[in-house]
Amino acid sequence: MVEIVLVLSLPLAGAAVLALFGHRRVAADINVAVSVCTLLAAAALTARVVIDGPLLALDRQFFVDPFNVFLVALTAFVGFTTSIFSRPYMRIEEQHKRLNAARLRLYHSMYQLFNFTMLLALLTNNLGILWVAMEAATLTTVLLVSLYRTPASLEAAWKYFILCGVGIAQALFGTILLYFAAEKLLGAGGGALLWTELDSVKGSLEPTVLSLAFVFLLVGYGTKVGLVPLHNWLPDAHAEGPTPVSAVLSGLLLNVALYAVVRCKVLVEGSVQTSFAKDLMMGFGMLSVVVAALLLSRQKDIKRLFAYSSIEHMGIITFAFGMGGPIANFAGLLHMTVHSLTKSAIFFTVGHAAQKAGTQVIDDIRGLVTINPQLGWALAIGSLAILGMPPFGVFASEFLILTTAMRDHPWATPLLLGSLGLAFAAMFSKVQPMVFGETAAKRLPLRPSMLPVYAHLALVLMLGLWIPPFLADWYRQAARLIG
Amino acid sequence: MPTLTTLPLWVQIINLLAAILLLLAFAMLAQRRIVSLIDLYAWQGLVLASSTAIVGYATGQPHLYFSAGLTLLLKVALLPWLLHRLVRQLDVKWDVERLINVPTTMIIGLVLVVFAFNLAVPISQLASTVTRATLGIALATVMLSFLMMITRRKAISQVIGFLSMENGLFFAATSATYGMPMVVELGIALDVLVGMLILGVFFFQIREQFDSLDLKHLEKLKDSE
Repeated sequence: MVEIVLVLSLPLAGAAVLALFGHRRVAADINVAVSVCTLLAAAALTARVVIDGPLLALDRQFFVDPFNVFLVALTAFVGFTTSIFSRPYMRIEEQHKRLNAARLRLYHSMYQLFNFTMLLALLTNNLGILWVAMEAATLTTVLLVSLYRTPASLEAAWKYFILCGVGIAQALFGTILLYFAAEKLLGAGGGALLWTELDSVKGSLEPTVLSLAFVFLLVGYGTKVGLVPLHNWLPDAHAEGPTPVSAVLSGLLLNVALYAVVRCKVLVEGSVQTSFAKDLMMGFGMLSVVVAALLLSRQKDIKRLFAYSSIEHMGIITFAFGMGGPIANFAGLLHMTVHSLTKSAIFFTVGHAAQKAGTQVIDDIRGLVTINPQLGWALAIGSLAILGMPPFGVFASEFLILTTAMRDHPWATPLLLGSLGLAFAAMFSKVQPMVFGETAAKRLPLRPSMLPVYAHLALVLMLGLWIPPFLADWYRQAARLIG
Repeated sequence: MPTLTTLPLWVQIINLLAAILLLLAFAMLAQRRIVSLIDLYAWQGLVLASSTAIVGYATGQPHLYFSAGLTLLLKVALLPWLLHRLVRQLDVKWDVERLINVPTTMIIGLVLVVFAFNLAVPISQLASTVTRATLGIALATVMLSFLMMITRRKAISQVIGFLSMENGLFFAATSATYGMPMVVELGIALDVLVGMLILGVFFFQIREQFDSLDLKHLEKLKDSE
């Protein structure tokens, strides 16, 4: 219980402190320090849940089980590594005069506040608070996306706010419907929105209301997951915001939004007793995979390219959770982990590469191995990993998802395989000249922060070769929980 | 099946207020002046607060008084005041929006209302609240606000559309379940308020960058130029 309080209060306190001192030179260090403390608290919480099992704390308002604790750990970890990356990156941005002290203060404070909303969304047991936290996450990231105040970033932020705002309003209506169905069984008041309470009575919840609620919840939170056709905000927000923000958007926000969908899916499945929720998720997932794969080859901006790749991967994960069953869920959870780690590592390298080239246009970034070998190789390896090459973890999870699809839903196999092939061709042909192409640029002395990149890629490689037993056990338990 | 006149007086008043809410939503759809739009939004808040208070009084649910008070404070006083101040500071007080095809928009609005009522039927049949008949109107308000967001080209009117959508959702929660749990309602109110403050700052950035709040400047980002 102490751990939950710590996990939540640390980033909140960090946001308050950084709101005051965020413009000083030490701000980046404070940011890292707060993130590392959050990570330690999250590790303690994880250890507690692994040893003692699911935890219900503070008058049932917080609930931790293997499913969300692994996302808490992942969120805290990526939040920490991104803060390390952001330290030199934002300093260079400041030197390039893209930011001033006041904006830097806003950035640091909002970064911690964003982490807080993510962790609150994961830890809360109350579906209403989950909604509030997701909306608060939108608000903090709107400010982060528009940080540069360029016309394009303002447009991206506006689009992001309006689309996600409308989306999240749908989710609110879904939540109201859930409460409406639950209130009859559990009585009015706070108890009827607690996930654990809902879970215990899900068999007797009114199926028509829950199906309707799920449609609204899926559309609402699905907007934040970036599911096609609700994905329009995602590439713009990723491309126009500062790179650390792109990394946490792809690595954390999309996961947490999908977490909300899956939590609701468990309730609906228990009530409806048909494959309605599954079919809906599989449909949205597959559509996202296919459309994103088709759009990848048209991208000219490097960050947009990887943003579309995020849509594709979120589609794959949604499809996996839609299929359900122990193997597909296991694969979905694994894919969530490796996608977060790989994609944020890629954004770290892409951020530095774009910073050096002074542009995000793919055609203008060439020969990274000559300019900076570490950066070039990291981008090449990261891209191969995200494209599902063995021996990386993405291969393992995609393989599991594909084989399950072949067995249970043969119609999906050609679509999935075709999209993955298409994505490979599109992305490889774009990244290859960026890394190995001819360039007139000289070797640059600037030292990028490569530690987070190496850490992420090493973890992804490890997960491809060997999943530690405790982690596998964790995934299995979580997979059972989400049916 | 009770006819309209056999219903208790307070239910009739609620139905009347719901009808006013729907009318206000249509009025917003057709209103060209931004200042009047803000006033319409404030009226919507007032109708919402009074209907919540009446439901609270008639059903003996004291927590509804609290949410009525919150609505009154936030949606009738604070947000309209903030919006009016913004409009003054941005000097767009006399801005008139050119709306294309008001009659067509109205007809689409009517279709949406019919759709909303149909959508609400299965839910209201299951509801045990006396106010369940107004659920259709709540949904219609949500959809009309959505339509307003689509048809508007000015940043401020889009935001008012967004806020009025939240009003519709709030009304839906009151009519189907006598309101959400307190902690959730507080959280939503906080989000709305913070969102409004952030947008206020945001408007100034947009204006500084584009010299206007017209959203046609914000349609440049495309996949491939």
